[in-house]
Amino acid sequence: MSTATTTTTAESAELAPVSTESLAELLIAKERPPRPSAWSASLAFGWRAILKIKHVPEQLFDVTAFPIMMVVMYTYLFGGAIAGSPSAYIQQLLPGIMVMSVVMITMYTGIAVNTDIEKGVFDRFRTLPIWRPAPMVGYLLGDALRYTIASLVMLAVGLIMGYRPDGNVIGVVLGIGLLILFSFAFSWIWTMFGLLLRSEKSVMGVSMMVLFPLTFLSNIFVSPTTMPGWLQAFVNNSPITHLATAVRGLMAGDWPAADIAWSLGWAGLLLLVFGPITMRLYAKK
Amino acid sequence: MSKKTAATSSGGLAIETAGLVKTFGENRAVDGVDLAVPAGTVYGVLGPNGAGKTTTVKMLATLLKPDGGEAHVFGHDVVREADAVRSRVSLTGQYASVDEDLTGTENLVLLARLLGHSKSASYARSAQLLEAFGLTEAAGRQVKNYSGGMRRRIDIAASILNTPDLLFLDEPTTGLDPRSRNQVWDIVRAVVAQGTTVLLTTQYLDEADQLASRIAVIDKGRVIAEGTKGELKASVGAGSVHVRLRDAHQRPEAEQLLKLTLDAAVTLEPDPVALTARVGGAGNGEAAAEQASRALAELARAGITVDNFSLGQPSLDEVFLALTDKKPESGTQSELAEEAAA
Repeated sequence: MSTATTTTTAESAELAPVSTESLAELLIAKERPPRPSAWSASLAFGWRAILKIKHVPEQLFDVTAFPIMMVVMYTYLFGGAIAGSPSAYIQQLLPGIMVMSVVMITMYTGIAVNTDIEKGVFDRFRTLPIWRPAPMVGYLLGDALRYTIASLVMLAVGLIMGYRPDGNVIGVVLGIGLLILFSFAFSWIWTMFGLLLRSEKSVMGVSMMVLFPLTFLSNIFVSPTTMPGWLQAFVNNSPITHLATAVRGLMAGDWPAADIAWSLGWAGLLLLVFGPITMRLYAKK
Repeated sequence: MSKKTAATSSGGLAIETAGLVKTFGENRAVDGVDLAVPAGTVYGVLGPNGAGKTTTVKMLATLLKPDGGEAHVFGHDVVREADAVRSRVSLTGQYASVDEDLTGTENLVLLARLLGHSKSASYARSAQLLEAFGLTEAAGRQVKNYSGGMRRRIDIAASILNTPDLLFLDEPTTGLDPRSRNQVWDIVRAVVAQGTTVLLTTQYLDEADQLASRIAVIDKGRVIAEGTKGELKASVGAGSVHVRLRDAHQRPEAEQLLKLTLDAAVTLEPDPVALTARVGGAGNGEAAAEQASRALAELARAGITVDNFSLGQPSLDEVFLALTDKKPESGTQSELAEEAAA
């Protein structure tokens, strides 16, 4: 720390002077390029998210170590009791645990938005003549990359532990694709909370309160048939159950049309509800 | 009053506000601000912390919605035509408006891309700007490792990626050492020389004096005085003469003499050898200097030994005291100037 401070001071003392001549030349150029499209503005913010990962690679911990832990832990914990053996259980569990982990990881979006939004740079973003949701979409594009990494890490661990997807490459790609699409839409809940709540801790608290019941009360670990009726009613209609069934089916080489449709429908609904709320809050900040 | 009208009709207005209000709960942060900023000039908004400067700038830069009144930037309403305003203004906020986690180059390229430049043009323009701002060596370092002066530079560089028609600089030199401050001033002069209008907020009269052609003094959300530098200073007096004597017992004599020569109030400082007298009111600095040198000569003739003698500009404190004292008695700024000139 002390070394860093000394270097900075020394450098600022030797800071090169401002060249007002070249500055004047730069300022003469008054032409302005046309305003960027919504997509390219969002991509630029996505690039910002990736640069942040590049500068602080430790933040990938939650999409590497955490998912590995989830797969290994639950496979060996429940495998023998539920399916007779861990290797039999993982055929059923892997797609579901993938859904669970990635959906849980979405909460970091809210934390990132919450810590970022108070910084001065957001004042600058807000004074740019760009498509208003672009900074938020940019976050989520960066996060989509993180979700992809998490999915691939879990797939690799699963394959090592004996998981064999009957859907081959196409089924696996479609399954992961559906999961990422759903997570992108689901994340808008967290961008909303990130803007709404006053501290990082409260974002974390609310996220856990929503995510724990939502992901556990599903068909990821066990078949709902032994649950009491009222719980079955919830579990069978939960978006996470639909998504887990769809991903499991796709990766097994089936085409679970109804569950795919339910998952996409939920994704669309979440986006339509929480997208506009997020943008309204963002405009008011 | 006549001068203000002349400025309005000649060059066109970059900013025009009428009765601008912003309240936060019970607090009226901005309480009916009227501004008319001529295009192509540096306009200073002077006031202490919490006077409503930043809130005013945020409303003009479309970051906050006014609760009352109207504001136009180049004729565009800041609420109804926010996008038209955004395409012509840039803001350098009080706190670094760049991403501290990114490097200098990455920050500029990101913003250039968001302004619609192609990838190659973004990198080229960023490199040129970093070069002009003397930041080429620091281009690859994260901004969080920059010194205060470097941050200000990268911040202003980010604001002129596209040459803006109007640049907001919110306290650009607060917390900078004198050298960095002078460099920021040079940048501001270069920017305005190319035709950009600059709205500068500051707590320092000195800074407004150096850069601005017109100044509005804000206190408690209201404009308490507005005018050219000359008008403003004339209303306050050109400054103060600070005298330090060798012998404390000569002070009463010196006090009498200064009162007589300067025809002004003399303050006895806590230091038993020091006294301060307000000079000027004649409308220009030269007269104040003449008065001051006459006073020095009188002191010497009376055999009073002076250790130190200095003529200082009125401080912001003095400006405020003078303005808030005078305000109830006389109305407008130009009346104050006329009164002083007479």
